[in-house]
Amino acid sequence: MAEPIISFKDYGFQYLAQASPTLYHINLDIYPGEKVLIAGASGSGKSTVGSCINGLIPYAYPGESTGSLLVGGKDPARESIFNLSQIVGTVLQDTDGQFIGLTVGEDIAFALENDCVPQDEMKETVQEVAKLVDIDHHLEYAPHELSGGQKQRVSLAGVMVEKVQALLFDEPLANLDPAAGRATIELIDRIQERTGAAVIIIEHRLEDVLWRRVDRIVLMDEGRIVADMQAKAFLSGRMLLEHGIREPLYLTALRYAGVPVTEAMEPQHVGSLRLSEAQKENVRGWYRASGGYTEEKKEKPVLLDVENLTFGYTPERTNLRDVSFSVREGDMVSIVGKNGAGKSTLAKLICGFEKPTAGRICLSGRDISGDTIKERAQRIGYVMQNPNQMISRPLIWEEVELALLSGNMSAEERKERVEETLKICGLYPFRKWPVSALSFGQKKRVTIAGILVQRPQMIILDEPTAGQDYHHYTEIMEFLKSLNAQGYTIVMITHDMHLMLEYTPRAIVFSEGELLADTTAAHVLNDPELVERANLKETSLYTLSMACGVDNPQEFTKRFIACEEAYRKREEG
Amino acid sequence: MARIAILNYIKRPSPVHELTGTTKLIFFIVWSVASMVTFDTRILLCMLAIGAVIFRISRIRIRDISVVLGLAAVFLLLNNIFIYLFTPEYGVELYESRTVLLAGVGRYTVTAQQLFYHLNVTLKVICVVPVALLFIACTDPSEFAASLARIGVSYRAGYAVSLALRYIPDVQREYTNISQAQQARGIELSGKDKFFTRLKNSVAILLPLVMSSLNRIETVSNAMELRGFGKEKKRTWYTQRSLKRNDWLTIGFAAVILVIDLIVTFWDGSRYYNPFL
Repeated sequence: MAEPIISFKDYGFQYLAQASPTLYHINLDIYPGEKVLIAGASGSGKSTVGSCINGLIPYAYPGESTGSLLVGGKDPARESIFNLSQIVGTVLQDTDGQFIGLTVGEDIAFALENDCVPQDEMKETVQEVAKLVDIDHHLEYAPHELSGGQKQRVSLAGVMVEKVQALLFDEPLANLDPAAGRATIELIDRIQERTGAAVIIIEHRLEDVLWRRVDRIVLMDEGRIVADMQAKAFLSGRMLLEHGIREPLYLTALRYAGVPVTEAMEPQHVGSLRLSEAQKENVRGWYRASGGYTEEKKEKPVLLDVENLTFGYTPERTNLRDVSFSVREGDMVSIVGKNGAGKSTLAKLICGFEKPTAGRICLSGRDISGDTIKERAQRIGYVMQNPNQMISRPLIWEEVELALLSGNMSAEERKERVEETLKICGLYPFRKWPVSALSFGQKKRVTIAGILVQRPQMIILDEPTAGQDYHHYTEIMEFLKSLNAQGYTIVMITHDMHLMLEYTPRAIVFSEGELLADTTAAHVLNDPELVERANLKETSLYTLSMACGVDNPQEFTKRFIACEEAYRKREEG
Repeated sequence: MARIAILNYIKRPSPVHELTGTTKLIFFIVWSVASMVTFDTRILLCMLAIGAVIFRISRIRIRDISVVLGLAAVFLLLNNIFIYLFTPEYGVELYESRTVLLAGVGRYTVTAQQLFYHLNVTLKVICVVPVALLFIACTDPSEFAASLARIGVSYRAGYAVSLALRYIPDVQREYTNISQAQQARGIELSGKDKFFTRLKNSVAILLPLVMSSLNRIETVSNAMELRGFGKEKKRTWYTQRSLKRNDWLTIGFAAVILVIDLIVTFWDGSRYYNPFL
């Protein structure tokens, strides 16, 4: 066998500023041409492993290491980060932040410029690589003219100009809509076939990465490698749930149906899955038995009514065209669609940040077009994607109280209101803590508490779970669900198909500024045409139910969700 | 996003746009030196005329840069007022003669010499400002860093300019988003509140903005290092263009202006053209 391109031997690492090591006894060899997925929950150390491979450790993040690590036969601690960058190319998670050049061409050429490559040669290479990632018709474009997926392709091209032997992707799916994410996985696969480079993908969204072949899955937990095996062996075990990673939905469904997953079934991909007639019958049997799913409850009065809303940032281009829908009291709704489809714009119009060019927005039957941002905020709360974009006070108490300070509430009343809100959000024990001591998920709660304290009837959340692992995802979503159960109306803008399916009975689908559909979440994902037009992705449940000959995939999905919810309740209670 | 374009690259087909960034930068520097050195009204008037012609050729309209022009005018006016307030007799000193046009109070009389001096100061500014604005409006931002590097500025410093151009729009967008979300929590930034409250409120936007900018800086610097920025003493530039005939002509023209400027200005041993003696 060839020499490994990356080789960890009993490697340990501790960041300079931290009290205990982040990595313990890592033993990992990655060979040329291999495709390895490194999975793990947040804080498992998977990103640290990535930083060791590309040289950011110790170059940008100093610390102490034990054992040995060789990248391309060299010790990263003794090589400059520049030499390493010619062996390993890294595509970071933030598609926007890593776009350095003012245009696509410049960004791809960045590494070549630093290498003092003559201009003619540089232009040739850029053209060649741009073609490989299919961005060669956009060389003159500025970053803001590109979609997230396109920016990511530019970044990929930017590291490929170096003829690297290994490509490292740090959570490549985090900022992409479902279809763009799928395209990325396909592209990575194609690139590997052509270049033969080793590919390392760090990601916790297992099912999405497994859309294409993966040779090995390395699972990390608390700084240790807990599994390092072939994808099919890995998936036939039950390691995932124990380590905070979400199991692919089709495997969960098989488990519910009492079908044991074995290596022989080729479980690494829903398309390759081999089921015997008896197993298929098991799935159908489960489907029939798990009926009795209760239909919609009684309809509540309409809270938000959007009528013929049209808006454009510039007169030439409309971002939303003639959008109408309504949300009832106590609803929990997802708004989905690809990047730039107009979802965020809609939220801004509802909150009054922008003024519509036509149409109107009514709240409980009253036209609120004349209301200011502040007036609307009393009834509609808006929570941004990243809690760090909202938190502006050092202490939790102050942060939550902030919105009340501008009213005429007495100190007593404020105290009461803040306490009550903190209790609802499960933050009461932390009320005197500084915000900085909290985890990401807890910070998210603080920002939601900062909105709830105004007692709005409705909360709009922008990507509430973006970049969160399964544990945090469940924590945030269960919290939102409990708020919903208390009567709050919740509207979420999301890319996450699982979220939509599991938590919101209803989904509103946007594409190119138009409302495409307003229906049940299960229906959206079982309608191939809708999925295609809105840049979504059908779930593996759909594929599985078709393969098993279930007559109604939509109903199959619904029953699966109901079953999953029942399991979750049982685990909690 | 509705952004007010105050001063940015305006893409239009014109011979000025076609010149390389380096040429325009050199021209701008030489032109500035030439107008700074001289107090010769005749030269300044000539340069003003040439500047107007260049402006016409560039196809940039006054309307495109009116905001900045307005600002420049205000500063010019203030500048003149302060010169007069502090040194009302400076012109008399310079031109060694005194022609009183209007007797005023105390030291503030109006003399022809002082007015002539003000005229020259104003002309100098009027010569430089349009050319500076043209340089910015007609140079593709992609070429800035490369042009700076070519005239000997360290590429690290040059790239800082480029990065600012790249990320300022992102930060602006971020600022808008954060301030909108904070307004929705009742934090008022308009004139309705007291000054002190507003000051305190602006912290509510600055803290999140600073936090997110620090994050961005970390990502950018990591991304740059991972792609070898700072490896060599020099670097090449994707956008750099080689100098063409017109570029050499322009640089030559700038040199000629400077030489004539210096000769005419210092011919009589003084920077000041004196019509009063």
